[in-house]
Amino acid sequence: MSVESQLLRFTTAGSVDDGKSTLIGRLLYEAKGVYEDQLASVRNSSVNRSTGPIDFSLLTDGLRAEREQGITIDVAYRYAATPRRKFIIADTPGHEQYTRNMATGASTADLAIVLIDARKGVLVQSRRHAFITALLGIRYVAVAVNKMDLVDFREDVFRRIETEFLAYANSVGLKNVDFFPISALEGDNITEKSARTPWYQGTPLLEHLETVDLGEGHNFTDLRFPVQYVNRPTLDFRGYTGQLASGILRPGQTVMTLPSGRITKVKSLPSYDGDLAEAYPPMSVTVCLEDEVDISRGDMLVDPARVPHVSRRFAAKLVWMHETPGEAGRDYLLKHTSQTVRAQIAKIRHRIDINTLAEQPANKLELNEIASIQVETRRPLFFDAYAYNRTTGAFILIDAISNATVAAGMIEESNADSLEPLQLGSLEFSGETEATVTPAERYKRAGHYPATVWLTARQELAGMLERKLFDLGCSVHVLADDRESHLLPELARVLNSAGLIAICSIASPDQTETRRAQQLAGDTRFLLVDPQQLPFKDEEASEVLMKMLEDRGVLRRKERFEVGEGI
Amino acid sequence: METRVLSHLRALEAESIHILREVVAEFSNPVMLYSVGKDSSVMMRLAQKAFHPARIPFPVLHVDTGYKFKEMYEFRDNLAKELGLNLIVYANQAALDAGANPFTLGTQKCCAQLKTRALLDALAAGGYDAAFGGARRDEEKSRAKERIYSFRDKFGQWDPKNQRPELWNVYNAKIEKGETIRVFPLSNWTEMDIWRYIEIEKIPLVQLYFAKEREMLVRGNSVIPLEHNYPIQIGEKPEMVKVRMRSLGCTYCTGAIRSEAETLPQLMEELVQFKRSERENRIIDHDTEGSMEIKKREGYF
Repeated sequence: MSVESQLLRFTTAGSVDDGKSTLIGRLLYEAKGVYEDQLASVRNSSVNRSTGPIDFSLLTDGLRAEREQGITIDVAYRYAATPRRKFIIADTPGHEQYTRNMATGASTADLAIVLIDARKGVLVQSRRHAFITALLGIRYVAVAVNKMDLVDFREDVFRRIETEFLAYANSVGLKNVDFFPISALEGDNITEKSARTPWYQGTPLLEHLETVDLGEGHNFTDLRFPVQYVNRPTLDFRGYTGQLASGILRPGQTVMTLPSGRITKVKSLPSYDGDLAEAYPPMSVTVCLEDEVDISRGDMLVDPARVPHVSRRFAAKLVWMHETPGEAGRDYLLKHTSQTVRAQIAKIRHRIDINTLAEQPANKLELNEIASIQVETRRPLFFDAYAYNRTTGAFILIDAISNATVAAGMIEESNADSLEPLQLGSLEFSGETEATVTPAERYKRAGHYPATVWLTARQELAGMLERKLFDLGCSVHVLADDRESHLLPELARVLNSAGLIAICSIASPDQTETRRAQQLAGDTRFLLVDPQQLPFKDEEASEVLMKMLEDRGVLRRKERFEVGEGI
Repeated sequence: METRVLSHLRALEAESIHILREVVAEFSNPVMLYSVGKDSSVMMRLAQKAFHPARIPFPVLHVDTGYKFKEMYEFRDNLAKELGLNLIVYANQAALDAGANPFTLGTQKCCAQLKTRALLDALAAGGYDAAFGGARRDEEKSRAKERIYSFRDKFGQWDPKNQRPELWNVYNAKIEKGETIRVFPLSNWTEMDIWRYIEIEKIPLVQLYFAKEREMLVRGNSVIPLEHNYPIQIGEKPEMVKVRMRSLGCTYCTGAIRSEAETLPQLMEELVQFKRSERENRIIDHDTEGSMEIKKREGYF
């Protein structure tokens, strides 16, 4: 193992009979993950179910209870290294009642080894593993067709399994599936190509684990930086710390802060080892920004041109992990990146039989069940679909009373009708509660929320934005300050209360007016745009503004895409 | 598309720093257990990095059995001064006053009093809701299943059958008053990772890890340090042996190994050749099969 070697996390799922523990034991042994005294301890072990000279499986079964029962119950982590790679192996049991453990092990894995007994072929269990692998978004699958020695290393047996498994893998959306004819017990095709499988053209399993491409596993395009902790040792240092979920951060880069929607620039990336020129996932870094902005834990820095979904409602797949069943309408805590919010399962759409993939109606979720659900949170989350981003698409549910971790969730998509302003309560204008036509009704008709865009010194941009919004079917009007400029805040407010988007184009800003307008419109509906922060070209700038409006929930994102594509 | 891959040590570093920050953000009164050993030294460097340019924002607790090496105490105090640590030293003074020592109590009872009891008392005394420990999953079988956030009940006990599932890097920090979380930022590091990291980061270490002529008692295959009035049996005589400590505990429970490794590269070379797990020379793990699991259930780190 060299200093520059890479880290591959993989998971194995399988039952005792598959020879899973034997395979891992063999890999640990071959990759020098086993120390001699541990081997000695296995030889001396009080339970000896070994048939061969060394029972490799005893290397991997940890807890006393498990040793007595002869099964692996929990997730156990193993470590091995070759000169090229370090491996973290999440070793999980394969029975259906351990679905939660498989999901846990799979959550951090880059690759999954699915074990298939060559004598038995593709079983219900193999399909279950493939399904969980796909559900948890593991990029690579290595199918180890084990016990080839017991079928005389016959190619037709191997090919039949390959064909059958591939058909299933495609149906659950798995890509990058490779097959290996092995004997874990006798060591065929583990470290070297076996002379007993001359028909096999691929690489041995260990070599595959050493060479599979890891760069693919991260998203370097969409900046997502969940703020974990604000570091303020002195009055003149304010660093936002966190682990980069995706995208690349560089000094000078323009970023948007969520939920405020403010645009600023990265000033520096200070570190113990000096300022960094760039940061990329999964680095843990500290970010200093150009402007004094109010950011706290749970907020997120994103690329203003590629913002995540912002919503209180979304669809998700859920793995239920607790004995107490999950129910719609109960209060849970939902932890998503660095944010914890109150949440409910709004609706259980259906349960998924992990053996047949059949969708069944369900009104509660039992331990180890997987379901498709609707989630509703008290505050909006900033998220992406799990298939797109494994960090911003993942969450856990915590029971608000017992504090137990009860479920793991993978966000599927945001509901088309769910994008809404950042605070639902702010929809009401003060003093207008007796209106016969409510803001909600206006929203339904207009298809968007009212807002005030406060734009300085960009008259043409104001016109372009108005045109874009109008073409989308929005009710919008530009207020230019060739009128009595001190009236702008009031005028904007009247347009807002009529459900319109008001674009105020001001020649030169006046602090009093700006504050007044913000006050009247309300923070969530008021979009204050610093002209210095916008692209110089109107076309680009108007796109940034459109994104900001979407991000605020003023516009419904989905609608925009549909209409936009139609034009 | 632009792609980049972190080296495995930097990936481990990033994971550990994320854990350290997460705990500081979510708990009201965290503490770091510091043992002076190599793992503690790495954990300390990671904490420096996580909160740079601030000082480490939590106290550092050394549970002192009174039977550590003199060099360890010196090293500890120097480091505390240099990093401006809020160092808290805690000992089970009642047990020490009552004469607790490994020679008469035996290692199991001594450990229960001077380590486990002292640790639980120290955590209770400080009112800490989270405690960082430098344990690694590769050290011993029962540790392989321990969570990064390891829940402890009001009595500090670990229930291996009822651990919270832990997915992605999303940790559940919810506890009731009196309950605590032991946090293991180095869970995914191996012994070799620790040494490599010490090398590339130039982390200062207590010199006991490196081979030197030391006055030792040789008994069978064991080479035993003589500090703290180790009882010498009739016919035994201390001798100068070139040794180093593979891991650092109390002088009595830390067997030394004969070694020529005076530098870090020599030491790593030796490590690869030995391929013996470091806990082999620690007497406590071998008391009975599964002994570490029993200790951990009772509250031992």
